Amino acid sequence: MVENRPFLTFLTHLVLIAGVVIVAFPVYVAFIASTHTREVLVGGMIPLLPGGHLIENYTQVLSASSAANGLPSYTLMALNSLGMALIITFGKIAISILSAFAIVYFRFRFRLLAFWIIFITLMLPVEVRIIPTYKVVADLGMLNSYPGLTVPLIASATATFLFRQFFMTVPDELMEAARVDGSGPLKFFRDILLPLSRTNIAALCVILFIYGWIQYLWPLLVTTDPGYYTLMMGLKRMVAVQDGEVQWHLVMAGAILAMLPPVFVVILMQRLFIRGLTETEK
Amino acid sequence: MDTKRTIFPNRVLPYLLLAPQLVITLVFFIWPAGQAVKSSFEREDPFGLSTSFVGFQHYVRLLGDPLYLDSLGRTAVFAVAVTALSMAFGLALAVAVNRLLKGGRFYTTLLVWPYAVAPVIAGLLWWFLFNSTTGVLAYFLGQLGIRWDHNLNGTHAMILIIIAAAWKQVSYNFLFFLAGLQSVPHSLIEAAAIDGSGPVKRFFTIVLPLLSPTTFFLFIVNVNYTMFDTFGIVDATTAGGPAQATNILVYKVYNDGYLGLNLGSSSAQSVVLMLIVVVLTVIQFRYVERRVQY
Repeated sequence: MVENRPFLTFLTHLVLIAGVVIVAFPVYVAFIASTHTREVLVGGMIPLLPGGHLIENYTQVLSASSAANGLPSYTLMALNSLGMALIITFGKIAISILSAFAIVYFRFRFRLLAFWIIFITLMLPVEVRIIPTYKVVADLGMLNSYPGLTVPLIASATATFLFRQFFMTVPDELMEAARVDGSGPLKFFRDILLPLSRTNIAALCVILFIYGWIQYLWPLLVTTDPGYYTLMMGLKRMVAVQDGEVQWHLVMAGAILAMLPPVFVVILMQRLFIRGLTETEK
Repeated sequence: MDTKRTIFPNRVLPYLLLAPQLVITLVFFIWPAGQAVKSSFEREDPFGLSTSFVGFQHYVRLLGDPLYLDSLGRTAVFAVAVTALSMAFGLALAVAVNRLLKGGRFYTTLLVWPYAVAPVIAGLLWWFLFNSTTGVLAYFLGQLGIRWDHNLNGTHAMILIIIAAAWKQVSYNFLFFLAGLQSVPHSLIEAAAIDGSGPVKRFFTIVLPLLSPTTFFLFIVNVNYTMFDTFGIVDATTAGGPAQATNILVYKVYNDGYLGLNLGSSSAQSVVLMLIVVVLTVIQFRYVERRVQY
């Protein structure tokens, strides 16, 4: 701070508090809604203070009895989301670290070609080639399966690039020393490179977990069997009731619960998350 | 592209290491993308029994289709509005946090988490707030004499998805602006302060120009986000309606291809989208390269 102006400091806090309020407001209202009964919510303006049905509503969401409209239980959908997020996280990290290792530490015939094939995927988000990708997955008989849900989302180049960039900064001497010691590439990878990449891997885990957890369009396409529904799809379907009132109190309780895991990850792992974000995107 | 000075002399291993990523990339990226390009030049008969080559017919038809051009225009409006809103808010909050000596971490924590909220949920939350019978915001707008109804009013629907998409993106822009602000040399600010320029003038003559690389990077990333990652928001709130008012390009590809089964047109739309991403990515990379050379 160059100069001390109490008024500016006051203004700063005012801006930040306003910002926090705007950011938190929708979630606050959702939380309030999740503590009232259905009757209160449909009877005009919803109250701005919590009601007394918090435990009741959340138990109802989490219990299997909330399954309706052909939806599976909330717990099953949550497990599907979790499984999907974890498979994507670990799958992506595993294949990218291996291919980055190959590209940086070896010289082989089709290296440049391989690099470009991976590179080009940076340009094609799944959303733009949605129908043909769906068709490939269908042809391979991977609809309604965990591989179908996750594998097409696993191959992305950002993680490969992050690892490549990091490997380039690892001193050559380490690898020379390893070679002098007679250790082969795999031993070098396991004993030296992997431990060195620990923080990068952790940062990527945070980002990728969130990426996997919030997926919507892809699971919507490849799963028609309710047993594979994820939370995001389930919530959308809970509001898409054909006739009758939307069960807002349950939808909002479900939404709050579905928000918790990734938000917790961000808040607890804040430093890693910021690191991962600024490093992968730049 | 460079490697290490010394490398491992192994003929087979690198292929094995690359195999998983290459196989997945070829099967789920390159192959479908190629299919999209191929079928954008073909027409399939209604029973999927035969296809014939039709050249650029789908593209010509797209460019002459008022619905498509309309969707293109709406996507542009949407992308620009979301980008401008979320970047302005992100910058304001980052400047404020950067001014604080203490408490910065606390506010940062309170501001970053919407990044982790799924687009569908962001859509649901704002939809609930604006719901014409029970929504809090719709109620307040009603008190002000505005009859809010995004089910009938296209402008209202567009405003709804813009707010939901911008809300989710503020935290991302905030983080990058904060990182940018923290790398502005303090000595410059001090020198300007000694010369007698006030905080506002310092911001516009020193800080903002130094932030321009960050701003440009964020601009590209945000446009990318609004064009492709907002599918969930649109699907959860307006589903492209009312009367196509919020049918942005990425939603239209899904709508025409998956629900409407108009594969040729949907593929042509995919290819147009791919071209847009390629242009954005190339710009982004040139910018990154330039930054690396500093």
